Amino acid sequence: MSDRIFGIFGLALAVFYIWAASIIKDSFMVDVVGPRAFPYIVGTIIGICSLYFIIRPDEEPNWPHFKAFSEIVFAAAVMFLYCLALPELGFLISTVFATAYLTWRLGTEPLWSLVAGASTSVGIYVVFHLILGLALAEGPLGF
Amino acid sequence: MEILSLLADGFAVALTPQNFFLAVVGCFLGTLMGALPGLGPANGVAILIPIAFSMGLGPTPSLILLVSVYYGAMYGGRISSILLNIPGDEPAMMTCLDGYPMAKKGMAGEALSLSGVASFVGAFFATCGLVLLAPQLVKIALLFGPAEYFVLFTVAFATLGGISSNNQAKSAFAAALGLGIAMIGSDSQTGSQRFTFDHIHLYDGIDFLIAIVGLFALSEVFIFLENHRGGAVASSGEVKIGRIMPDFGMIKRCIPSMARGTGLGFFAGVLPGAGASLGSFLAYSLEKQTVDRDGKTFGKGDPRGVAAPEAGNNAASGGALVPMLALGVPGSGTTAVLLAVLLQLNITPGPLLFTKNPDVVWGLIAALFLANFILLAMNIPLVGIFTRVLMVPTRILMPIVAMISFVGIYSITGSSFDVMLMVGFGIAGWVLRKLDVSLVPVILGILLGNQMEVNLRRAMTISDGDWMVLFGSPLAIILWVIAVTGFVLPMVMGRRIKKKMEAARDEEAFVGD
Repeated sequence: MSDRIFGIFGLALAVFYIWAASIIKDSFMVDVVGPRAFPYIVGTIIGICSLYFIIRPDEEPNWPHFKAFSEIVFAAAVMFLYCLALPELGFLISTVFATAYLTWRLGTEPLWSLVAGASTSVGIYVVFHLILGLALAEGPLGF
Repeated sequence: MEILSLLADGFAVALTPQNFFLAVVGCFLGTLMGALPGLGPANGVAILIPIAFSMGLGPTPSLILLVSVYYGAMYGGRISSILLNIPGDEPAMMTCLDGYPMAKKGMAGEALSLSGVASFVGAFFATCGLVLLAPQLVKIALLFGPAEYFVLFTVAFATLGGISSNNQAKSAFAAALGLGIAMIGSDSQTGSQRFTFDHIHLYDGIDFLIAIVGLFALSEVFIFLENHRGGAVASSGEVKIGRIMPDFGMIKRCIPSMARGTGLGFFAGVLPGAGASLGSFLAYSLEKQTVDRDGKTFGKGDPRGVAAPEAGNNAASGGALVPMLALGVPGSGTTAVLLAVLLQLNITPGPLLFTKNPDVVWGLIAALFLANFILLAMNIPLVGIFTRVLMVPTRILMPIVAMISFVGIYSITGSSFDVMLMVGFGIAGWVLRKLDVSLVPVILGILLGNQMEVNLRRAMTISDGDWMVLFGSPLAIILWVIAVTGFVLPMVMGRRIKKKMEAARDEEAFVGD
């Protein structure tokens, strides 16, 4: 069933892709093939493979149960939030919370997670920013 | 003779204090990454690429750092196989079969150093093979026109599913997905915007580093969240290391096994789509048939059962560099990631690489030799340190991996959008892995898409729109035959080989009980 759903999704993707390819504007420089031909080929391959998944699906994979699945959804949401928070709060503060959340959800006590978050954040800041000179996100406080 | 002088120049590059230091750091980090189950060589290199680039290292130092990580991770994979019966990466799976029983007999230290020596032998001779073979392949370069290049890329995609793949449609889908992503941005020939939907962040296309780190490293974090809540990788202190140096007699007894493993592994590595897992599997199977027909000692802690697959998988990783450097066709996930490194450095691997950038190629090859010696020197005395890393709980380690991925991408692009895109790739990677769709063709599609299209369009321009140009030379036809065979063969043989590999894995589970 998963493969069939995947196949339908893939087919929709292929249709969308081919449509999006068809509206690519020509420029004044056009070669024999043009900018649309290769995307059409790619879209067609995606479509054919998707049809194959619908017709001959593999065995059902082991999807996680609701709890594990929601863990992943929340972790992804926290990561997205982290990306948004980076330029606002800066690297050090955002990383403490993001790491603490992940460490907590992987099974550490909440308080220790905060400690792990703070240590990871400071550790990465020292190694990558202070020692290796990488540019990290700066918040209002400058770190 | 010319090769030797070029190699000497390479060593002159690799042995500068900065490069030597980077090689040592790379070997150390690589071994750590390899030792941790889940974080294989591809992940290890993927996480470190953005870091290496944002440190502003030049092309050669970056390459030296990253190939040292690659070889280090190939060495490190065996540590958790032997100590915990959990392979650090897939190619190290066969090492579990005799490595773990050896450890249970109190010979963990000997198994670790013996496998270290076998890894050295495999990788060293494979690197020699690379020196001899790759420049020969380059001679074919003169025969390649745009049409042949296009077909060569097709070969890469057709064979990438690998000989043990059981669903070629999924490999083809993954490749097309990657090619589709590569089309986003300005068209390199005409400058038209494609698939950008007037979104300014997409005008330059999607940086493949974002895709690589997201697909490999972040999807691994999600897999861990799903499966490994809680404890440390190791149930601490279960296996004693014991004495570290194996006696000379044991090494001597294993020399033929290492030799056979190296030969087979190198061959498997050079073949597109076969890779290190098949290399170690073939090496172990051959060894079992050669020296233990009655099945009396293999699987029960026979040192030869450790030496052969370790030599095999390390030789395969050296062998996989031959098509990657000489033809620009990577045969495995990690070589695909290394290809990304080269492209990022504006070095296009392929037949012309050896003539256009000899300093880079020979510096890289010298670095591989250097990494091997450093790893041999590092792996035997420092084995205790690497094993201690396995005691660090994953619940602490995986968030650090995630954050280093974020740091790497953010420090290169400085854009929240790109980091979010990386998370998106991470989620997509998790879904694709659940559906058994290989991620390597996706990466390769993103990497090679532009080149593939450019060559197709050049060929068509030359032939004035006649598609038959793609079948117009004997070389192109040979390449088509290889592509079709590489695509069809796994459909015929894939399930059988996969079954055999799974049978070996079951045996391993039995040993673990």
